[in-house]
Amino acid sequence: MDPSNQPASSPSVTVGAAAIGARAGTGAKPAKPLRNPCNLCQSVRAILKRPKTGQQLCKECFFHVFETEIHNTIVDNKLFKRGDRIAIGASGGKDSTVLAYVMKLLNDRYDYGLDLVLLSIDEGITGYRDDSLETVKRNRDQYQIPLLIVSYKDLYGWSMDDIVKEIGRKNNCTFCGVFRRQALDRGAIMLNVDHIVTGHNADDIAETVLMNILRGDLPRLQRCTSIITNDTSEDSSGIETSKILRSKPFKYTYEKEIVMYAYFKKLDYFSTECIYSPNAYRGHARIFLKDLEAVRRTTIVDIIHSGEALSASVQANESTKLPTMSTCTRCGYISSNELCKACLLLEGLNKGLPQLGIGHTTKIRRMHEQANLALGLSSPASLSGGSTPVGDGASDVEVKVVTHIKDLGRLKNMPTLDSVC
Amino acid sequence: MDPNNTLRIELQFSGGMELLFDNQKMIKANVPAFFSTESTTEKHAATIGDLIGWIASTQLRERPELFIGPDGSVRSGILVLVNGADWELEGELEYELEDRDEIVFISTLHGG
Repeated sequence: MDPSNQPASSPSVTVGAAAIGARAGTGAKPAKPLRNPCNLCQSVRAILKRPKTGQQLCKECFFHVFETEIHNTIVDNKLFKRGDRIAIGASGGKDSTVLAYVMKLLNDRYDYGLDLVLLSIDEGITGYRDDSLETVKRNRDQYQIPLLIVSYKDLYGWSMDDIVKEIGRKNNCTFCGVFRRQALDRGAIMLNVDHIVTGHNADDIAETVLMNILRGDLPRLQRCTSIITNDTSEDSSGIETSKILRSKPFKYTYEKEIVMYAYFKKLDYFSTECIYSPNAYRGHARIFLKDLEAVRRTTIVDIIHSGEALSASVQANESTKLPTMSTCTRCGYISSNELCKACLLLEGLNKGLPQLGIGHTTKIRRMHEQANLALGLSSPASLSGGSTPVGDGASDVEVKVVTHIKDLGRLKNMPTLDSVC
Repeated sequence: MDPNNTLRIELQFSGGMELLFDNQKMIKANVPAFFSTESTTEKHAATIGDLIGWIASTQLRERPELFIGPDGSVRSGILVLVNGADWELEGELEYELEDRDEIVFISTLHGG
């Protein structure tokens, strides 16, 4: 996927020449040698030094190379088939905004034949997610892609604001991460989608590889380096899985280029830190990688390759047992335990025991199961009296229960460009 | 040259960077044309390196460590553009400011 093999990149380069080169108001002096000429077209001033290669590119050549590399990643890894219905996980942030724009552009340019839809999760964080969802709604109109928003409140009966009120600011990211993963899958089922693309970029993946190595988390190390997964998840719990494909078309795309692309294309994205999430651990990993990158340009790609190599050797080593999979007895989500992590967390919330599922999961699961036995309940699943339909505000139910995956109906009215479900 | 000169520099903030500057996306600043060279009385023409320190001490309302790093450069993860081009093509900290330059700071640190 070396972009420099591409013969193209010059058709439209004349466009920006005058505008970009004319800063000093010397447009009338063609003899003056061009400062920092683009390495590809040689005729326009470069505006970007590529972090991956050190190449300096003008705006149009950068756009071309950026888009073509993502196209090559999609084609080389056979991410999609013609006719696939693909949900773009959209938060309104830079990565997913650029992803939505580029997916639409490539689908049109190369005639992938994909049916695209935006899928957003409303965690219910006032002053953060409500604003970013406004951005996603604008993206829907700008890119002409239908949008479905599913909320924690509807799915689980709890918004993140409610959860933080209940449990405080500690550990709330655990709830949010576990709930988001399932919420995306549930949204995908409702949309009759079999594949979700997310905006994880090369820098994100390198950070995650590093964090998983530091935590000794080999199963998650494997998952975070795969460009496409169908049997795995990335929440912070035990291994839970879903049948819906997930892929990362930006696996080899640097964050700097995503941000520069958004800047030069004037894409409309939302950029505020979540009000509940300091995520200090990732912050350290990030700064560390940036410092390494300053010394060694290829650091990001090196770390991703290390993650891939380690994963391969973990797979080859039979002594590394990965948990076997079954489904959650309560909600049907794929889980290595009787209750999936989301149902366990939800149970804790509903019973006023929010520490359930936080920290040493196995120990707490055992306590939980013993407590249920003492109550004469054969299985935690028997606690669920019935299912609460998605969309019901759930304000009147005492015990809020997630709809079983198999009961999760496909939407009768698929979202269109005029409606937000 | 008059050492009291100032340069008219247009500062732009995006990608969340503006949150550190009272949500201002643009500040038209008058920046000193010369700065003292460290531990001497000599002065040198203003560079982006000087500008970053000047912004941190005169414009920043909160949490300077989110803008300036311990080495006096921008915190890692902040992209800088000089007149529409990546500052890595313009000499980074060493770039000498000119009157009416446009300097953009973009944060990449916010979730997406």
